Amino acid sequence: MVGIKKHKGLSFAGMFAMLAFFYAPILVMIVFSFNDSRSLTNFTGFSLQWYETLFNNREMMAAVQTTIAIALISTFVSTIAGTLAAIGLSDSKPLVKQVVLTINNLPIMNPEVVTAISLMILFTAFKVPRGFVTMLIAHIAFSIPYVILTVLPKLRRIDPNLTDAAMDLGATPSQALTKIIIPQIMPSVISAALLAFTMSFDDFVISYFVTGNGVKNISIMVYTMSKRLNPSINALSTIMVLVVTVFLVVINVVPMLNKNSAKRIKV
Amino acid sequence: MKVYRRLVIPYIVWISLLIVVPMLLIVLYAFTTTGSNTIVPIHFTLEHFKRFFEPVFLQVLWQSLKIALITTVICLIIGYPLAYIISRKSEKMQTFLILLVTIPMWINMLIRTYAWISILSDVGLINGFLAKFGLGPIKMLYTDFAVVLGMVYNFLPFMIIQIYTVLSRMDNSLIEASYDLGANRRQTFMKVVFPLSLSGVISGITLVFLPAVSTFVIPQFLGGGQYILIGNLIEKQFITQGNWNFGSAISLIMAALIMVSMHLTNRVDQTVDNDRPSKKVKEA
Repeated sequence: MVGIKKHKGLSFAGMFAMLAFFYAPILVMIVFSFNDSRSLTNFTGFSLQWYETLFNNREMMAAVQTTIAIALISTFVSTIAGTLAAIGLSDSKPLVKQVVLTINNLPIMNPEVVTAISLMILFTAFKVPRGFVTMLIAHIAFSIPYVILTVLPKLRRIDPNLTDAAMDLGATPSQALTKIIIPQIMPSVISAALLAFTMSFDDFVISYFVTGNGVKNISIMVYTMSKRLNPSINALSTIMVLVVTVFLVVINVVPMLNKNSAKRIKV
Repeated sequence: MKVYRRLVIPYIVWISLLIVVPMLLIVLYAFTTTGSNTIVPIHFTLEHFKRFFEPVFLQVLWQSLKIALITTVICLIIGYPLAYIISRKSEKMQTFLILLVTIPMWINMLIRTYAWISILSDVGLINGFLAKFGLGPIKMLYTDFAVVLGMVYNFLPFMIIQIYTVLSRMDNSLIEASYDLGANRRQTFMKVVFPLSLSGVISGITLVFLPAVSTFVIPQFLGGGQYILIGNLIEKQFITQGNWNFGSAISLIMAALIMVSMHLTNRVDQTVDNDRPSKKVKEA
């Protein structure tokens, strides 16, 4: 019994240490974003001045806008393109499917920096001026493979007879697509879109190599500012941490609540 | 029902343009030499690969592999027990703890790494605390220690989640059977639980080692501008040195290295899979 108790204490200590390790830096960042001096060691008093600096900093605000715009557009395009490609793929000959999936896997398996420089060389070779558009194309390019890998397994599990029946009853292929296939795979399409959005929002390596002309996203800005400590980065990070946490809690809690209400209806 | 086959055609064009052609361009750059960053005229050469085998660059490769290996071992040693503890909790607690492990992964990696600078710096939180007792400052930022710490911080969640996923799906009756047959805790763990969790351990190792070898952000932030791992070397060739040919050659070497190690781990994974008792029982 003593052994078990000791074991429990150890496991509790382990969990506590892990959570402290994961969250201490984030917590420090949040606390010092409210500091009224530049100091990183002494909390001299509460102030919102770093938030004010942040919102008045045109460069930082531009980076936030770029990040959001690219994430939204690339998610939209890559989710639709990837889903259609996955539907086409599930209907293709095995050989075509295998070749396409192998190439599709390349950017997933390759180190990010290799994918990044390959795109950088591509844009330079074809004399595409680097900036917002190249960053957007690159984000779409690295998101689609993940969309396909998320949607494809779901497509394998849906019943092809339903689509055939719809067409026997006079539906055109595009009607069957929008009324039969898409609704069935919708949950995985949504999770693919979420994945694409977060990958684009957080991307640094690929954006860094394919951008130009002063176009920066949040990650590039943090990277170029890392030389000297700037408390307004703490302010920006705090806002981002808050948004991510609220978002995660919502997507994790809402399904639970729905399940509960569904149970109640059943009862 | 082959009506949707055509939908894949635009994607074939797209991947040819944005995956195949770029990869071929890297290969082209790696094997050629040009005055500026234009492709014509082409002169084939192996000099960039030869150059990589100079002691300076081999040292960088060795350092990258060493740091990545240390990171992976630490993640495994810390990650396995944590994954094991989580998998023994009640179902609700498991979901909650895994959510807590996942949340940091959703926060921008640069921001999380940046946070460590202000903790480890000479004028940072830890040294400020030590100074109150007249101690320090201990140099932590811009050392190997800081780089490994940053990598463990960033990649540990991958290890925990991979191992946890396998442990939580493990058939409990196997463990009970082991106890019933007279095995003690240690024996049960060594002979039943650990072998069954090997596939999770292997994918955890892959998910930690691969990004650790190629990252250049963590060494840049926590190792300082002079700290060069293979990822930094590639970055410098493309961003500051402008030697794209040499940069492409290093990238190819790194990509090849990673493909080979992934192939090897897959092979190990399959052997482990074939030796799994549950599979043998099924086949028999």
